[in-house]
Amino acid sequence: MTYRHEAFLTLVVVLPALGLAGCGSAESPKDVVLVTHDSFVVSKSVREEVERETGLRWRILQSGDAGEALTKALLTAGNPEGDVFFGVDIDLLSRALAGNVFDTYTPPQLGGVDPRYDLDPDHHVVPVDHSEVCAIYDRTWFTSRHLVPPRHLTDLVLRRYRGLTVVENPATSTPGLAFLLATVAHYGDFSWHTFWEELRADKVLVTDGWEEAYNARFTGGSAHGTYPIVVSYSTDPAAAVYFAGRKIERSPVAVIPDTCFRQIEFAGILRGARNSKGARKLIDFLLSERFQAGMPLTMFVLPARTGVPLPPVFRRFAPTISHPLELPAAKIGANRDRWVREWTDIVIR
Amino acid sequence: MDRHRDPLSARAWRAVGYGVPLAFLAFFFVFPLAEIVRRGLGSGGGESPWSVLTDSDTRQVLWFTVWQAVASTALTILVAFPAAYVLGRYEFPGRSAVRALVTVPFVLPTVVVALAFLAILPQGLQRGWAAILIAHAFFNVAVVVRVVGTFWARLDPRVSEAAATLGAGPWRRFREVTLPLLAPALSSAAAIVFLFSFTSFGIVLILGGPAYATLETEIYNQAVRVFDLRAAAVLSLVQLTCVALAVLATTRLEARLAIRGQLRSERDVLRRARTRGEKLVVLASLGGLALFLGLPLAALVERSLAVGGGHNLAAYRALTEPTAALLATPWEAVLNSLVYATGATVIAVVVGGLAAFAIARSSRWSTRLFDGLLMLPLGASAVMLGFGFVITFDRAPVDFRSAPWIVPVAQALVAIPFVVRIVVPTLRAIDERQREAAALLGAPPRRVWREIDLPIALRALAVAAGFAFAISLGEFGATVFLARPDRPTLPVAIFRFLGRPGELNAAEAYALAVVLMVVTAVSVFLVERIRVRRLGWF
Repeated sequence: MTYRHEAFLTLVVVLPALGLAGCGSAESPKDVVLVTHDSFVVSKSVREEVERETGLRWRILQSGDAGEALTKALLTAGNPEGDVFFGVDIDLLSRALAGNVFDTYTPPQLGGVDPRYDLDPDHHVVPVDHSEVCAIYDRTWFTSRHLVPPRHLTDLVLRRYRGLTVVENPATSTPGLAFLLATVAHYGDFSWHTFWEELRADKVLVTDGWEEAYNARFTGGSAHGTYPIVVSYSTDPAAAVYFAGRKIERSPVAVIPDTCFRQIEFAGILRGARNSKGARKLIDFLLSERFQAGMPLTMFVLPARTGVPLPPVFRRFAPTISHPLELPAAKIGANRDRWVREWTDIVIR
Repeated sequence: MDRHRDPLSARAWRAVGYGVPLAFLAFFFVFPLAEIVRRGLGSGGGESPWSVLTDSDTRQVLWFTVWQAVASTALTILVAFPAAYVLGRYEFPGRSAVRALVTVPFVLPTVVVALAFLAILPQGLQRGWAAILIAHAFFNVAVVVRVVGTFWARLDPRVSEAAATLGAGPWRRFREVTLPLLAPALSSAAAIVFLFSFTSFGIVLILGGPAYATLETEIYNQAVRVFDLRAAAVLSLVQLTCVALAVLATTRLEARLAIRGQLRSERDVLRRARTRGEKLVVLASLGGLALFLGLPLAALVERSLAVGGGHNLAAYRALTEPTAALLATPWEAVLNSLVYATGATVIAVVVGGLAAFAIARSSRWSTRLFDGLLMLPLGASAVMLGFGFVITFDRAPVDFRSAPWIVPVAQALVAIPFVVRIVVPTLRAIDERQREAAALLGAPPRRVWREIDLPIALRALAVAAGFAFAISLGEFGATVFLARPDRPTLPVAIFRFLGRPGELNAAEAYALAVVLMVVTAVSVFLVERIRVRRLGWF
């Protein structure tokens, strides 16, 4: 019986250990791994196509939201989880560059990219897409009440829009932070305080993330919502038509153009990448017309490349924001934490 | 206690019972967590560890974390107790269905539940501590109903009847007979609820609003937003210390509270409600619980049907089609979830079961320490553990990028404490005389174990397996970055849909949540049923 017990012990302890050793890394030089955030999407057909063309096996590793994914990349700098990282936001750019996470690479396709987005002259990272974070409103809500919707950022603090706006917390949400930056860019270093003090007095609702703001609080996103103005994206009017679940001729939501702040997402080759040759090919692909043209309908962001045709629903329903609010990445990097702290004191405390 | 056993076999037994769970925990929990904390404390910049500790904000966060967890636990027990009583004393049609259904809220992603609560709570209650407590109770009712109810159903009703014969009134019988007998199971359930509430994340962020923070949300904030790893490491140490204290207190309490007595089979304990009063109690208890759990769930179902201005099945139809939100069709996510959950349940029942048998055999301090250690994963910061996995298991032999089995392993880490907490009180309650009688009749130790301990533990093991399965189905924090994108689980898929604009995407997220509800109820029902019937001990 003792013998049997020991046989059992061997079974339980040794076998899993062998299993661990056996199942270990099985990465071949043909693999290229893209590390990215949860919102990254690519269609199966595009993915298979790039695999056929390049002879690579493209694997995708999604590691949480944009902040978490970048934190992981910073923690593993030099011994990265994969070869290419996609999803550095403009507001995290300086942190990523300071963390020495990326190798430099200047892809040939960069010539086709709008130079306004190319913010890192050394090309540790290259721009892949942009999107505009804006205040948007529920058109139906305003028309059915015969009210004039807000047209400017400054309108949001008018008495007649009191209690109608929901924003995300810049400490926890990417669009929330972008909107805070929009107010800093519009009002300047100190006057932005006044805007938020007034918005707070107007009973602005602050949510932790976009999901709650859009899907539960915004009247355009939920039948139970009570706020007809929300901070979201300029592509929402197109998305609202595309995902209406039926055919509609007019988007139920609209953008307030001068509230928009430009977000840019970057990609780069991770320092210490196992397959740096494959990594370059992957970056080239991210900037290719084929991939860029697919981004609007899969990720609801706009291509960084110029001259890429947009899907009809975007051409028809998503407004082009030609002069969004912007701030230099270095200024954002140096002040972001302080601004968020000040915002918290003004709006939450 | 082991004096009837042949010493060598007892030693081998103990080596397995302690060794396997310890090795598992050390490798997949202590190691990665220690790595990230070490890295955090060693990183420069930010505030000094001492100033983080003494900061008034930290104290405030700690205080809120503790009191909301205590209050949530109390509220959960209060809400669940009547139903636990009914499940523990009465036989009625659909009893196992009730036990399976009650698990449903427990597996739903917190974001989805929080959004459902926003849809039904009155405007004034939508934000703040009250909403947090109510949501915690909603989530954790299953723990109390199942753990306490199952244990209750094994308690010999004759003890209480004897007290009645001796003239004790119902309140006195409850206080002096039933409650002491139930205490170990109650403290087990309370410990789990406390830990879940203590480390609550999504509920606090959404239902608390931006003014509320727990240690868990603050750790996330420091690690991810501010990127002050040192502060995050200090806060996770504070969190772990609190959790360790709470766990040690409960394991100690539990060992002390254990009362040995004749545990009986459910068949002998349960009876039908006879008088009108009894029927009323059964109906009111179950009806009240159904209302409490059913309202938010009904809100979810309603939202899954709301597409294109009316109510229809468009979102469910869309689930069968390939979508841009995922690298798989949503239905494949159902299959992935079931496969991972099966793996996690097997690991959790084997590792947790071995540990439970080892723990129940002794009440020495070293065993209590071991018991407490197994509970820690429930109270550790998911964010930090996740980062720990990333920096620890990044090369052969354990490289999680190429090892899909790491998903069930991580899920089992959360499920093991459940198995232990559910099985230990039952094992402790086994009357030693039963074992001694068997030994006297010449049964060798292994046979005593097989014919006395195992059959009695089986019911508890089945409940534990059902729970492990449910935990794995609902696990999100670890799964979201360990699961490969082309093999998403249900909660991961729900989250992806929720992150996309447009009515249909939101409805598909809620529709998948409804699918998750159904899958959970059915599989928990089946897991519990198969075991009992196949092994045929009852």
